[in-house]
Amino acid sequence: MKRLPMTLIAGAALTGVFALAALISMVWTPYSVEGMNIAARLQAPGAAHWFGTDHFGRDILSMIMVGARTSIAVAVIAVGMGMVLGVPLGLLAAANRGGLIDEVIMRGNDLVFAFPALVIAILITAVFGPSAVNAIIAIGIFNTPVFARVTRGGALSLWTLDYIRAAEVAGKGKVRISVEHILPNIANLLIVQGTIQFSLGILAEAALSYVGLGAQPPLPSWGRMLAEAQTMISFAPHMAIIPGFAIVLTVLGLNLMGDGLRDILDPKLRRAR
Amino acid sequence: MLRFALQRLVSLTISLIVASMVIFFVIEVIPGDPAAYMLGMNAQPETIAALRRDLGLDQALFTRYLGWIGGMLTGDFGTSYTYRVPVSELVLARMGVSLPLTVYALVLSTLIAFPVGLIAAARRGSGLDAGIMGATQLGIAVPNFWFAMLLVLFFSITLQWFSAGGFPGWDRGFWVNIKALTLPAVALALPQASILARVMRSAVIETLGQDYIRTARAKGLSARQTVVRHALRNALIPVLTIIGLQFSFLLAGGIIIENVFFLPGLGRLIFQAITQRDLIVVESVVMLLVFAVILVTFLVDLAYAAADPRLRRRA
Repeated sequence: MKRLPMTLIAGAALTGVFALAALISMVWTPYSVEGMNIAARLQAPGAAHWFGTDHFGRDILSMIMVGARTSIAVAVIAVGMGMVLGVPLGLLAAANRGGLIDEVIMRGNDLVFAFPALVIAILITAVFGPSAVNAIIAIGIFNTPVFARVTRGGALSLWTLDYIRAAEVAGKGKVRISVEHILPNIANLLIVQGTIQFSLGILAEAALSYVGLGAQPPLPSWGRMLAEAQTMISFAPHMAIIPGFAIVLTVLGLNLMGDGLRDILDPKLRRAR
Repeated sequence: MLRFALQRLVSLTISLIVASMVIFFVIEVIPGDPAAYMLGMNAQPETIAALRRDLGLDQALFTRYLGWIGGMLTGDFGTSYTYRVPVSELVLARMGVSLPLTVYALVLSTLIAFPVGLIAAARRGSGLDAGIMGATQLGIAVPNFWFAMLLVLFFSITLQWFSAGGFPGWDRGFWVNIKALTLPAVALALPQASILARVMRSAVIETLGQDYIRTARAKGLSARQTVVRHALRNALIPVLTIIGLQFSFLLAGGIIIENVFFLPGLGRLIFQAITQRDLIVVESVVMLLVFAVILVTFLVDLAYAAADPRLRRRA
């Protein structure tokens, strides 16, 4: 067993802290995130409230914990959605490489790429109204062509290999080959890409919630905490600083983890970075 | 090159047509009756009927689509339901903020990333390189709107060098507006510069490993001359693609940053339009954003082919 890269350990530790906070928040938070306590409003970080309180007297540590749950849930489901839609499309395109299906899928990919996640979210929200679910759909749609492209790229190089040819000669169909031989061999690639999209998803969720297109009150979310903090930044800067650090550390953790995973899972891709 | 450009132009047109159909479908077909949707639950039937007539909803779907596209091509984007002015006027005024902001941020991002990426590549493996890579790793993780808030906290509230937001308008002179756009542009540029610097670094490192670089060194060029004359030019190709991609990121990011600084740009316009259910404005602005992204992709493709003749033949 090779020694694990430092980036993987540091990244997994950082990510783990927030995942743990999200898990704990399901059964316990230091204070209730729904209860208002006007007497304790806008307190700076201290012994009673480690991260201080907001303009309603809510405990910011508790909100960060519940917000972690929102962020992680949105990003994970959006990654899942992107994989479920994108991977089969990529496999299909690679199996029919050079053909009409491949061309249609790739042009469709380019088209979706022309819609930034924010624009997709704007379109969805304009018609269905804002919600965390719509944020998931928007980020999920954005993720789809990414996974399709990575899958197709990985699968294309495999289709030229002898053992795939052998499987074809043995009479296996394209679908069977894609599922039995191609998919397991690009799983590493997908795990690494999944980690990257996970961190992008956390950033996107925060941005969407910040502009009001994502999670709606009373559901705590890091992006909305920042939006609420904005008008109070001159006299309660902790309200703006703390949720931002939560986002940065989570994203940093996931990115480091992605780098580390790439190093152990995909030595070919380990380039001069 | 001409054939390549024409091919790209055809695919650009097809992309635009399909994208416009998608946008039209989402905005005008999914809500059922856009007029009823825009007016809300308590609207009188007569008001809805009048708006339906105004919007031309009594016509066939395809006629409406053609009307919308035709209008866009001639500069008629329809009339905003809440502002009661032509959407083109609104959009044009807001573009005067959003476009300069995007370009400003793109220039800043490039100006920061080029030297930083180049130095990291030239000093590969050194402490400086490690420091730069660490800093860019952090830069990528920072949400630009949060970074914008930190800038406001430090430069506007603590130091009071910049105002915390607002936009004087171009009739008040050039530099006051550039100053007003500086903090937003920095906030937008820094995370993108982090990505660009990393791309720049790996592109330069890759070209430095090529044979012609060794030849250049062997014929007596200094390390500096080699990097500037040979490595840089070839490294620019992948970097160019990323700069193109960044344009759409910056345009979308700008929409969010405008909220932090209360800038009257496209972002403010579209978010107000969403809350006021002004679907015509949403539709036009979204189409415009997508058009910008597709157009920039097209231009990058052309630039790419101009820089690398092999790509022209392959297409």
